[in-house]
Amino acid sequence: MGAVFRREVRAYFTSPIAYIFIAAFYLYTGNYFVNYNMAYGSTDLSYAFSSAFVIMMILLPLLTMRLMSEEKKQRTDQCLLTAPVSLGGIVAGKFFAAVCVFLCAMAIYVPYVIVLYTIAGSVEWAAIIGTMIALLLLGASFISIGIFVSSLTESQVVAAILSFAIIMFFYMLDMLAGMVSNETVSNIMVSLGFYSRYNEFTTGIFDLSSVIYFLSTIFVFNFLTVRVLEKRRWAD
Amino acid sequence: MIEVKNLTKQYGSKKAVDNISFTVQDGRILGFLGPNGAGKSTTMNILTGYISSTSGDILINGTNILDEPMKAKKEIGYLPEIPPLYLDMTVKEYLDFVYDLKKCALPRKAHLADVCVLVKINDVYNRMIRNLSKGYKQRVGLAQALIGNPPILILDEPTVGLDPKQIIEIRTLIKKLGKKHTVILSSHILTEIQAVCDDVIIINKGVIAANDTTENLTKNISADSRLIARIDGSREEILKVIKAIPGVISVVADMEREPGIYDYEIEVKEKTDIRRELFKRIVARNWVMLGLKSTEMSLEDIFLKITMGDTVNITVKKDTEDVTDEDNDADDEIDTDDEDTNDEADTDENEKDTAEEDEE
Repeated sequence: MGAVFRREVRAYFTSPIAYIFIAAFYLYTGNYFVNYNMAYGSTDLSYAFSSAFVIMMILLPLLTMRLMSEEKKQRTDQCLLTAPVSLGGIVAGKFFAAVCVFLCAMAIYVPYVIVLYTIAGSVEWAAIIGTMIALLLLGASFISIGIFVSSLTESQVVAAILSFAIIMFFYMLDMLAGMVSNETVSNIMVSLGFYSRYNEFTTGIFDLSSVIYFLSTIFVFNFLTVRVLEKRRWAD
Repeated sequence: MIEVKNLTKQYGSKKAVDNISFTVQDGRILGFLGPNGAGKSTTMNILTGYISSTSGDILINGTNILDEPMKAKKEIGYLPEIPPLYLDMTVKEYLDFVYDLKKCALPRKAHLADVCVLVKINDVYNRMIRNLSKGYKQRVGLAQALIGNPPILILDEPTVGLDPKQIIEIRTLIKKLGKKHTVILSSHILTEIQAVCDDVIIINKGVIAANDTTENLTKNISADSRLIARIDGSREEILKVIKAIPGVISVVADMEREPGIYDYEIEVKEKTDIRRELFKRIVARNWVMLGLKSTEMSLEDIFLKITMGDTVNITVKKDTEDVTDEDNDADDEIDTDDEDTNDEADTDENEKDTAEEDEE
């Protein structure tokens, strides 16, 4: 796992992709921070946090699209899969590498908080830390979805678009739920949706069931990726 | 030691590998020979655990690759048909990565340096892999397989796409490696197998067509010897005269080498020497003998004989030979007069010699 992780992190940072990703993330969240918190003198970071959802939805598939598809296309998976490494280790290495890049992007909230704290003198620490955890979990969920989709195809573009579509689906589940008349179905849809769960955190509610939900999503999609790799070996 | 028992791989209704079994003893170099699509790469991919078999067992030094993949994979160094290189890394970074990936326990610096010296990639050690030539990429791929000093090496067409000099170098290297490692090597180039391997398995359409030592295979099938005579004279009459010589099994004259002059391929019974008799009879009719040579059946012939059946006629053989034999420039061979043919043979000989010398 360590070798794969180090390779992927290095690959991200020796190519422009990590920098572009991080820069775009800074630009977008910075816009909210400046135009909302700075302009109105508010210490409420919930706007800056909840706005991150959309940019992550667009950017994270671009970060993960390459991870599995390119291995297959360049046949480098032959090196990985014939080495004494478990499939789980390979997937975990890639997953954590992408999470690592995402953490670098997320780190921008730290200076935001410090700036607010210096100016205003106090911030809502509990809400901010809670939201940071939720943001990380959300990003990691998107990444695990992205890696899973990437393992299904040899084309980076297909991987990116399909991951975006799946994440979009999870995003819209909440809204679609309002259109469903059957209450049970609509409840299930709300509980599966990403957006309302995440937004709860930004308003300062730390819901443990949501944490578990995100962790399960991460686990399930990473597990599915392992299964895809496994199944490819048995393909006939 | 590698033991393969009743290995079958089925893709849909097509059997890529059909119930093959073989054993490779320690310290042997096994050549896997077959036309494109014969199932060579599939077999190798199964041996290395990249894909699974539909049925059958593989034991790598006694370890079943399905039961204990980690243990079995540690024993194997694999160079796939397309070297699995990350183009965005330098050679150094890549080899470091493979070293970590294989959880290698040897001293890192010294081991990597050894491998680089062995495959001669020191010059490009700090260059990006994407900028390397095909030959160097192949060598980096080979270096990757050698990391961790695995007792078994599986090399899928290691010389494809290399220039003749590189081919000789790689072959020499493989021969050298064969002293310490068990090597399986696939190729559709027959001279390669003949030059490098101790044993040969000829595989065709997923089935083993022959499995023997290189020596035996060449010896057994070439038991009946052949002569090629170039004679200036009336074709029909010459054919009659040659057929009349005792000991001649068959004679064919398909190739017009010079206007009106044919090469006569004569198949002779074992241990009969008809050369003197042939010469006398030709001279007696006032024809001129322009050339006479005996040909031992090469692996090419054996290969074609086995994969296509015995009915192949000489012309087809010759044509296919030219195509298959990638060592020589196929373009130059359109003009196949005697000298060219000799040159060819010489080149092959030289290659073998060089290989042997280098080894010493």
